[in-house]
Amino acid sequence: MVAQPPTLDGRPSRSPGRRPAPDGPRAESSSNPRAPRLSHTAGTWIQGAFLLVIAAIALVPLLAIFVGTFQEGNEVIRRGISFDVDVSALNLDNYAMLFTDSGPYFRWFGNSLVLTVVQVALTLLVSSFVAYGFAMYDFPGKSLWFVMVLLVMTVPFEMLMLPLYVQVNDMGLADTYTVIVLPFLAQAVTIFFFRQYFLGIPKDLLEAGRVDGVTEYGIFFRIVLPISKPAMAAMAILNGMICWNNFLWPLLVLRTPEKFTLPIGLNTLLTPYGNNYELLIIGAFFSLIPILILFLAFQRFFIEGMTAGALKG
Amino acid sequence: MKQILYSRRVAPYVFILPFLITLAVFWVVPLTRSFVMSTQEVLYGEATFIGAANYERLWGDPIFWQAMYNSLRYMVLTIVLLVPIPLVLAAVVNAKIGSPRVKAFFKASLFVPALTSVVVAGIVFRLIFAESDSAMMNQVAELFGFGPVRWLRADLTGLAALLALALWRWAGVNMMYFIAGMQSIPTEYYEAASMDGAGRVRQFFHITVPNLRPTLVYVVTISIYGGLAMFLESFMLYAGNNSPNNQGLTVVGYLYRKGIEENDLGFASAVGVVLLVIVMTINLTYLLATGTFKKQEA
Repeated sequence: MVAQPPTLDGRPSRSPGRRPAPDGPRAESSSNPRAPRLSHTAGTWIQGAFLLVIAAIALVPLLAIFVGTFQEGNEVIRRGISFDVDVSALNLDNYAMLFTDSGPYFRWFGNSLVLTVVQVALTLLVSSFVAYGFAMYDFPGKSLWFVMVLLVMTVPFEMLMLPLYVQVNDMGLADTYTVIVLPFLAQAVTIFFFRQYFLGIPKDLLEAGRVDGVTEYGIFFRIVLPISKPAMAAMAILNGMICWNNFLWPLLVLRTPEKFTLPIGLNTLLTPYGNNYELLIIGAFFSLIPILILFLAFQRFFIEGMTAGALKG
Repeated sequence: MKQILYSRRVAPYVFILPFLITLAVFWVVPLTRSFVMSTQEVLYGEATFIGAANYERLWGDPIFWQAMYNSLRYMVLTIVLLVPIPLVLAAVVNAKIGSPRVKAFFKASLFVPALTSVVVAGIVFRLIFAESDSAMMNQVAELFGFGPVRWLRADLTGLAALLALALWRWAGVNMMYFIAGMQSIPTEYYEAASMDGAGRVRQFFHITVPNLRPTLVYVVTISIYGGLAMFLESFMLYAGNNSPNNQGLTVVGYLYRKGIEENDLGFASAVGVVLLVIVMTINLTYLLATGTFKKQEA
């Protein structure tokens, strides 16, 4: 409601005037050019070392699971993830198993993939449609309904899960993908983000459309949507992550093993009597790969999408 | 008919209709139902009105209070960790010195953990905090002269593992919020301050922090509700909803146990209603106290 961090209003606010020059050290322009430069380099080194150490710590758990994919699963589960790695014992057995004999793993993977693609596409469509109504029109009750959007954003799903679960069972929708997708199509954060973006579109554009005889909906679909690709990208990433990692709601509604998504499937492998720990480790690692690839390719949209919530304050 | 649907008076309602339907079917109806069920005893689909009996039971239930204590403790500690640490990291990254490549690598490395699902993060942290003396955290403990610690068997060490998981996953995201906020602070403020002779540290406390107020309010708000609603982290770390002496049980975990595992819907609904009231009260109080609503009206 208040915070408007600059990158989030759809357009980068890093206007050239305000952006600090990349390496523009103010200190160097001071009257004594030598002393500040010395402390400047020392500062750079200390800062660099500090950042790299923290980055290394943050990456350890991911590197550890990567190394774990080359180790014997039961060993890893018994000994825990360890700093001392027996390099001579590393092998590709788990990879061979994954691609030849991993049971339902790729079924889960495929389920997650299909579900994510469908859910993201529908969520973007429905949420941007709703957002357009809030952004472009004045109508009685608008602020009331918009407050409801904000309110919905502040109620954690965990508090809704039980009554929703009961209701879904009554409606006979349990164990279907429909019910995983349906309640979250008009998604509050996404609506909010799109509204913010649409507010920045000049109204003249819409008037021009109306003059040309385009209907209200035609203006949305044919004029506004095509120029909203940056917002789409950020929200596709955010929702893609949410869907791919979605765990709690599918855990409640899915019963048939054939319908399990990746997180649900992986969770079933984490039992004390498990005999499939190889698959658990390598499976967990492979579940990260699609997201990591997307992240490396579209880092900017990830950060924009994941920090989108800050708009609401 | 078509003309009405296409008129400019009706179109906005058509646009927001999907939200209105979602709100009614998936929010208002279930939440209302939750209130109703919390006053009932629900057995095999037969609901009997029992007034406030569920709430009375709740009040006298030591496990509920323990879960509440665990959730509150986790919420407070995540705020204590996940505000100052990312704030300092953001300030270090945002300093005018340093190599842009190192900074980009740093930001990416801290952000990646947020992309992992709670399932994968839980599996990894369970293995890092394993009991064997060769597990990573026990190797670290050994450096400081401690024997192998059975992390997940004792209350405080289990909590430490949970907090480590939270810090690992969310420090990067909070840092990004702060960096975004810092970039909107005019550089002139800092220039004026350094002309007045204020050092880096004073600039941080007297310019950066006050100007980040909206971002801070936001981060604390999501931490409040995220902390109180925490469930899956504990569920994954302890490989299920049961932990030694319920040390990892949160309010949502208790709701899950009663409602989903034991099918005691009336009582579980009461747990949910209490939690909802607490979260909303804390959040609203906090937002009122920080003056957020006033600014919105302006």
